[in-house]
Amino acid sequence: MSPVVKLLAQRIALGLLLLFLVSILIFVGTIILPGDVAQSILGQSATPEALANLRRDLGLNEPAVTRYFAWLFGVLQGDLGTALTSGQDIATQIGARLGNTLFLAFWAAVISVPLAIFLGLLAVRYRDRWPDKLISGVTLASISVPEFVIAYVMIFFVAVKLRWGVSVATINDSMTLGEKLYAIALPVAVLTLVVLAHMMRMTRAAILNVMQSAYIETAELKGLTLFTIIRRHAFPNSIAPIVNVVMLNLAYLVVGVVVIEVVFVYPGMGQYLVDHVSKRDVPVVQACGLIFAAVYIGLNLVADVVAILTNPRLRHPK
Amino acid sequence: MNDELKYLLARTVQGKHSRRAFLGRAGALGVTAAMANTMLATAARAQGPKKGGTIRLAVQGGSTTDSLDPALVTNSVGTQVSRFWGEPLVELAPDGGLEHKLAEEFSASADARVWTFRIRQGVEFSNGQTMTAEDVLKTMERHSGEDTKSGALGIMRGIESMRAEGDKFIVELESPNADLPYLMADYHLLVQPNGGADDPAGAIGTGPYVMKDVDMGVRFVAEKNPNYWGDLGNADTLELLVINDNTARVAALQSGQVDMIDRVPPRTAGLVGRAPGITVHKTSGPGHYVFIMHCNTAPFDNNDVRLALKYAINREEMVEKILFGYGSIGNDTPINASYPMFTEIEQRSYDPDKARFHMQKSGHDGPILLRTSENSFPGAPDASALFQQSCAAAGINLEIKREPNDGYWSEVWNAQPFCTSYWGGRPTQDQMYTTAYLSTADWNDTRFFNEQFDQILIAARAELDAAKRKQMYADMGTILHNEGGLICPMFNDFLDATSDRIAGWQDGQKGFGLMNFYAPMKMWVA
Repeated sequence: MSPVVKLLAQRIALGLLLLFLVSILIFVGTIILPGDVAQSILGQSATPEALANLRRDLGLNEPAVTRYFAWLFGVLQGDLGTALTSGQDIATQIGARLGNTLFLAFWAAVISVPLAIFLGLLAVRYRDRWPDKLISGVTLASISVPEFVIAYVMIFFVAVKLRWGVSVATINDSMTLGEKLYAIALPVAVLTLVVLAHMMRMTRAAILNVMQSAYIETAELKGLTLFTIIRRHAFPNSIAPIVNVVMLNLAYLVVGVVVIEVVFVYPGMGQYLVDHVSKRDVPVVQACGLIFAAVYIGLNLVADVVAILTNPRLRHPK
Repeated sequence: MNDELKYLLARTVQGKHSRRAFLGRAGALGVTAAMANTMLATAARAQGPKKGGTIRLAVQGGSTTDSLDPALVTNSVGTQVSRFWGEPLVELAPDGGLEHKLAEEFSASADARVWTFRIRQGVEFSNGQTMTAEDVLKTMERHSGEDTKSGALGIMRGIESMRAEGDKFIVELESPNADLPYLMADYHLLVQPNGGADDPAGAIGTGPYVMKDVDMGVRFVAEKNPNYWGDLGNADTLELLVINDNTARVAALQSGQVDMIDRVPPRTAGLVGRAPGITVHKTSGPGHYVFIMHCNTAPFDNNDVRLALKYAINREEMVEKILFGYGSIGNDTPINASYPMFTEIEQRSYDPDKARFHMQKSGHDGPILLRTSENSFPGAPDASALFQQSCAAAGINLEIKREPNDGYWSEVWNAQPFCTSYWGGRPTQDQMYTTAYLSTADWNDTRFFNEQFDQILIAARAELDAAKRKQMYADMGTILHNEGGLICPMFNDFLDATSDRIAGWQDGQKGFGLMNFYAPMKMWVA
């Protein structure tokens, strides 16, 4: 197990360094953007006095470097600070939003990952015959259409015409789990369509790749059925690339769904981040950026660890 | 209408018969669905307001970064939500006059310099405290102090001193202003306990509703305030969802998830209104889409260049193609018939020959750069392209530079010499001119410095004779029309839509959309 532990330690250290660099990048990026938070808050109705008062209250008159280190110092002590715009505690706000994002991502993943892998296996089983072509065709079509178009089409037919689902997926604490699931049914369906193709194609390719190996031929000659060969021999050997692409898509489900959030009015992290970027609310943008980066780094780490664990050669190096 | 239909209608309105069943039966009797819906709505209105139920509305313009502090409200969601829980001293009445809210009456000294508001007695804040003139004073002080961040600071600036005496709140102005009560109807100036100094964003007020659930930029729930002094508010609960995406907002109404939406996109308003059970409401207001030139920057410092561009714009075409007919043409002043004391000035129309003449007279040669962005007003880049073409017909070379939405209001508007922009309008002419056309105005976004204009504006404030005042405003309008840096091709209508689950919409309310933001309180569940 030592290589895994070593790798974990290395990756975590590297991840922390990356997060630090990301925070500098975001900070500089937000500073470069035209206008500042005071101007954004007051908008078109800003008077010079009101602007000056607000800038002073928000501490914007301090040099940027000072503000950055003050923020960094707070974060190292576990304090994400308060939003400049609303004065709310960032950790509490993000907590709720992140919970919503993970809720949506979780259900989208629960449906799309098994479905993608199953369809991938099915496509291999009926390789180059009509089920394979149908599955590939449909999933590739759904990934090629922009996600908001799929969303609008779904809303029009499912919510407006048939009234089977709801187009506004706003969830809140007073809803039961069932109500929440009903509310997010449409966005989950759209997200599933968006991520399905990538995972399904990868599963298919990875397994087909293994199917060329000599041991598969041996298995065939032993008289095993095709499904057993795939399940017992081909699939375990192609887990690493599949997990990789699954993790990429999970990361997308967490950090990349802002368009879906806007269309379905879902109160997740994406909308929260965009609102604060447009208001130049640096501490919130930083906090969101760090969380998103951490999710990416974390999921990639998981993919690598799984790759090692499923490969005996890597698990027991000479 | 035959008797059977009448009977059915009455039963349906009383709730003894389902709406769907009524529509079915009406159909069987040969009445179209649209007609049947109209009959239902009329009958429901005739029935009078009903109490109870929940009204759900979706509004555009909210953000997670908003605050409940009325001083910091900048968008329609904030304006709407603060109308739930808070109240100003006076409010714009449906006919454009003033309605008494927390001020029972107001009066001015003979020179309109000292104004006295008698504060309504026995009104309680939602925290149980009694509202006094002292609270009013503290509120106004919070919005006008040196340290304030309030959006109302601009209009509070002319006040010399304020004081509370018993049940009276007294304002002394530096110079007379006959319109002061209108200023008190500003949406920021909601009376809060101790002026909101203790908890500015606490949403404690005297309004018809009390906030129950607040999720900034997402969802607001308000419940009827049992101690409300007035008769506003029919539904037990109001639920406001922030839906910024146009298509999503319309879909939410069509799928029955909300009963009321604001800002129906003009492009699709016709289609939306044709759907069964949905009515689109058009409110003409003071909002206008503009092209603004800095009168002190070359080449716009030459009035002939300004006139050339004013003649080179096709106003009718813009109303038709940008507003899809939901609006009216402008006349290069910010004022239209929605203002009190409006006088019509001769309409300027598209005239390529005059435009060419003025441009040649000015001696300016070469392209003119216009900056625009999609958020300066909906369809601004398209309007700019139309302007470019109508200019080309007059031999004027207009170059368009598309700017990013992000940062437009800080980097381009009120900074660059020629750009597209939007004004929401103000309740009075004085306020509109003072906000943006007085030489010393913070938002003098056309850099218009005209001594004569300034003098008339100040003099008009002290003029209590309505006829004379009206003439003064007409004179100011003429000056702006001929010399200003404002090209105003169109006034946009507010387009809202409601489903027939709710009733009680009144047409013709002055002010802004959603019946000047009172629709959720004045309508009822049918």
